[in-house]
Amino acid sequence: MVDAKDPPLLEIDGLSLTYVTRAGENPAVRGVSLTVRAGEAVGLAGESGCGKTTLALGVMGYLGRDCRRTGGAVRFQGRDMGALGAEELRRIRGSEIAMVYQEPSSALNPSLTVGAQLMEVPMIHGRVTGPEARERAVRMLADVHLADPERIMAAYPHQLSGGQQQRVVISMALLSNPSLLLLDEPTTALDATIEAGIVELIAEIRRTYGTALLFISHNLGLIRQVCDRVVIMYAGQAVEDGGVAQVFAAPRHPYTRGLFGCMTLPTAGRAARPPIPIPGQPPPPRQRPRGCTFAPRCGHFVDGLCNRAEVPMEKVPDAGPGHHVRCLRWRDAGAGERARQAAPLATPGEEILRVEGMGKDYVVHDRALGALVPGAGGRRLRANDGLTFSARRGETVAIVGETGCGKSTFAKVLMGLEAATSGRVRFDGADVGRVAVDKRTRRQLRALQMVFQDPDGTLNPSLSVGAQIGRAVKTLGVETDKAGIRRRVLRLLDLVKLPSEMAAFKPRQLSGGEKQRVAIARAFAGNPAMVVADEALSALDVSVQAAILELLTDIQRTRGTTLLFVTHDLGVVRYIAHRVVVMYLGRIMEQGSTDEVFAPPYHPYTEALLGAVPIADKGVVHRRVVLKGAVPSALDPPSGCPFHTRCPRKLGAVCETETPPERIAGAGHVIACHIPLEDLAAVEPVIKGAS
Amino acid sequence: MNQRLPSAPARDSAFRRAVRRVALLRESPVGMIGAGIVLFWVLVAVLAPLIAPFEPNATYHPYARPGAGHVGGGTFWLGADMIGRDILSRIIWGTRTVLVYAPLATFSAYVLGILMGLAAGYKRGWVDEVLSRLGDVLLSFPVLVLYIIVIATVGASGVNIVIAITVAGAPGVMRIVRGLTLEIGSRDFVAAARLRGEPAWYIMAVEILPNARGPLIVDACLRLGYVTITIGVLGFLGLGLPPPDADWGSMINQARGVAMAFPHMTVFPCIAISSLVLGFNLLADGLREISLRD
Repeated sequence: MVDAKDPPLLEIDGLSLTYVTRAGENPAVRGVSLTVRAGEAVGLAGESGCGKTTLALGVMGYLGRDCRRTGGAVRFQGRDMGALGAEELRRIRGSEIAMVYQEPSSALNPSLTVGAQLMEVPMIHGRVTGPEARERAVRMLADVHLADPERIMAAYPHQLSGGQQQRVVISMALLSNPSLLLLDEPTTALDATIEAGIVELIAEIRRTYGTALLFISHNLGLIRQVCDRVVIMYAGQAVEDGGVAQVFAAPRHPYTRGLFGCMTLPTAGRAARPPIPIPGQPPPPRQRPRGCTFAPRCGHFVDGLCNRAEVPMEKVPDAGPGHHVRCLRWRDAGAGERARQAAPLATPGEEILRVEGMGKDYVVHDRALGALVPGAGGRRLRANDGLTFSARRGETVAIVGETGCGKSTFAKVLMGLEAATSGRVRFDGADVGRVAVDKRTRRQLRALQMVFQDPDGTLNPSLSVGAQIGRAVKTLGVETDKAGIRRRVLRLLDLVKLPSEMAAFKPRQLSGGEKQRVAIARAFAGNPAMVVADEALSALDVSVQAAILELLTDIQRTRGTTLLFVTHDLGVVRYIAHRVVVMYLGRIMEQGSTDEVFAPPYHPYTEALLGAVPIADKGVVHRRVVLKGAVPSALDPPSGCPFHTRCPRKLGAVCETETPPERIAGAGHVIACHIPLEDLAAVEPVIKGAS
Repeated sequence: MNQRLPSAPARDSAFRRAVRRVALLRESPVGMIGAGIVLFWVLVAVLAPLIAPFEPNATYHPYARPGAGHVGGGTFWLGADMIGRDILSRIIWGTRTVLVYAPLATFSAYVLGILMGLAAGYKRGWVDEVLSRLGDVLLSFPVLVLYIIVIATVGASGVNIVIAITVAGAPGVMRIVRGLTLEIGSRDFVAAARLRGEPAWYIMAVEILPNARGPLIVDACLRLGYVTITIGVLGFLGLGLPPPDADWGSMINQARGVAMAFPHMTVFPCIAISSLVLGFNLLADGLREISLRD
C-alpha cells in the first residue's frame, strides 16, 4: 500500500521547538525527524511531557505565543510550512491537514448545531453552496457510522455522547478530504468499549479514503492496531523509530523496552509476566543530562560513553528498512535484563466487608427549589442497585466498569460521603451504609481510608507534604506528641519509598507519581484495615503506574490491608486483584476470582470489555469485540437486563422483560445472564496464547 | 526496587520566598506604577508631622491662592481654604484618615464576608440559602441609602464608618468566597480531610481558605479602592469623621460653594482621592496579570 519511492507527504526535518517562560527556555521538541508518506499511518508514542502534542501543533504551525521554532523545518507536499504566508497556511490547515483532539466536548462549539459546524467546512474550503454542503455533511456522518444522521445534524453537541461527539469531530476533519489527519490521543477521554469503535472507524477511514495518519498516543496497544510505523519519543527526542512489526517484535532502545516491560496486560496472569517499573522519572526540560537523556534511568548506562556527547540515531541493520535507535549500547540492551519474579499476592483472611443488596438512588429535581422540599417529587436515578459481594482481610477486590456504572457511587457510600438507600454495607461487623463520615467513630475512620484519582487534586497545595501526613497521623489519633508524629511521618514516607527530605516539599514540587505516593502514605497513616483506591493509577504514566502498583501490593502483603480497587484498566486488575466485580449501569453483571472472570464462561459484557482492550503484545491472539451504541442513561435504564440494548449475544424478548437470573459458575463465581452457563462456557476465549 | 531520588527542587527560607514573590510584581509595569502610588501615600501618612508645612487645623490666611506666601514665613503651596487652613497640610494629615479607615473597613468586611462565604459554600443547603438571600437583600439596596441608614442610626464616627462599610461590603466578599469554596470544596484533598474526621472549622480554615487567597488578594486591592471612594463620599455627605479633623471628602464638601471662584480648594483633594484609588486599581490589575501568567 505504501510505496517507498513516492516523495513523502509530510517531512519533519530536525524540528526543534522551545517554550519561552518566565524561568527561561524549555525545549519541548529537540531535533525530531520523521516522514509520513501518502496513505501511511505513523504512530507517535511516549509518556506525558515528551513533546508529542507540541510536535503535532508544530506541524500545523499552531504554536502559541510562547512557543518558538528554534531549528529544523516541516515540509508538507514538498513545501516548507515555515515559509508559507498566513493565508496559505490557513488554506492547508483544515483542507489538506486536519486535526482531531483529545477532548471531543471542547472541540465542538456548544452553541451551534452539529450540522452548522459540519457545513462550514465544505463551504469555506470547498467553496460549495449550502445545500451541497449539507448533503456532504449528512453523507459523512453516515460514513462514520452515526445512526440517523439527520437527527445528529440538528442536535447540539451536549445532546450527544462522548463517542458520538468524537465521531462528529472525525467526520468534520474528513469533510475537506484531507491528505493527512493528525489525531492527538483521540480516544483517551473515552470508555474502552467506545474507544474500540473509534479505533475501528479510524482503520476503516484509512482503507476507504487513503488518508495518511499521524496518530499520537501514549497507548502502544492502540498504535499497534492503527499504525504501520512508530516513532517513540522521550524527553523531546525521537529515541526509536521503525516499522510497527519490527519495533514491537524486537524493541531496541532501553526506554522502548522499558515501556513494553512496565505495562500490565490483561492477557497474562500475575506470575506469567510481572510489569517492571522504569526507575526514576523523565528529567524536567532544563535538567536534562548531557549525552543520552535516558541515561539516569537506564540499566545499561556506561559512564564516559553515554554521558559524553549527544547520541545520534543509528540504523539497526538486521531489522527491516528504516529501523533507527538513539542508543550507543542497543546491541547489548537485551542482555542481562532482569527477569522478575512477581511476589505472590497476600493470602486473604476472614471476611471484613459484606455488601448485601445495597442500593443508592439519587433524586433528580427538575427545579432548583424542589430540592428544598423534602419528599417532593423528582425522578429517581438508580446509581447502585442490589449490590451483593464481600471482601476479606488482605484481599484485593477490583470493581470494574465504564463511566456511569456506579462504581464511584459505591465507594462514596462505603466511605460515608453518601448514604445508601437500601440494603446493608457491613464493615468490620457494623452496618456503615447509612452512617455519614462525621458520625463514624475514630476507629472506623482509621480503618477505612481512600486514595483518589487525580494526583493534582489529592493534596492541599498550601501545605507541605510532612504537614499533611502529620495532620492525618494526629487526627486519626495514632500519635499525639510532636516528636511521635514526626517519627511516624518519616516512617510513612519510607513506606512509600520517598526520601525524608520530601516532608518539607510543597505539592507543586512533586511529580504526579510522587503526589500519589504521598496520598498513599496519608491513607496509611492510621494503619487502615481497608483502603479504597478510586482509579488511583489512571492519571499516571505507565512507567510510574507499575511502580505504584508494586508499592500497593507490597504494603498489602506486609500489613494485610484489604484493597478495593475501582478501575477501568483490566491489565491492572489482572495483575493485582484476587477477585473482580464487573458492574454495568449500577448492577453487578459478573463476579468471581480474577482467573474465573478472565476466562469463559464470561458475561457478554465482560467479554466485550476484554475484547475492547488494546493489546501491544504481538504474541497474543486477541478476538476484538466492538459494542454498538453508548451506555444508556441511568435516569431511564433499560428494563430486564440493563445490557440488552448493546448485547451482541442477546437472546430475545426475555432479555428485555425479565431480570436475568444469577447463574453460579463456581464457588463465588456468579454471572447475571439469561444465557445458560453451558453456552457461555462454550464461547471462544477473547484472549489466547499469552507470551 | 531502585527508585532513584528525583532532583530536589531548590528550597529557600520562607522570607526569601516572600521577597521573591513580591519581586514578581516587577514584571508588571502597571502593577509597579500602582504600587508606587500607594507607597507614596503610605509614606505621606507616616511622615505627616514631619512634612506638613502648617498645622492642619490652625487658621492662617482665608482664601489664599496656591503659592501665596505667609507673613510668618512659609508658602501655601496649594492655597488655603475659606477659614484660612493650609490645604496641603490638610491633605497630608487627611491621608492618615483614609489610610487607617479604608484598610480597617476593608479588613472587617473581609472577615465577615469570608466567614459567611465559607459557611455558605461548605455547609450548603439551608445555611447557604439563608446567607445568600440575606446577602442578596443587602446587595439589592442602593449602597448610599444603606450608608445613610446605618450612619443616621448609629451616628457619624470612625467606628461607624467601618461598620457601615462592613455591612455594605461583606455580601460582595461573601459571593466571591462562596464560589471559591464550592470549587475548592469539591477537590479530593477536602474529601480526604472529611474521611479522616476533620472538624468543619479546620476544613474551612486550613484546607479551603488558604487555597482561595490568590483571587481574594486581587479583590481586596480593588475593594480598597472602592472603600477609599466611599470614605470620600461619606465625608462629602457629612457622614464622615466629625470636624475639625482633616478628611478629603469633607474638604471637598466644605469648599463646594466657592468651587467656581476658588477651584484649588476642591481640585487638590479630588486629585488626592483619585490618585490613591488609581493606585489601588493599578496594583490590583498588576497582581491579576501576574497571577494569570505562569
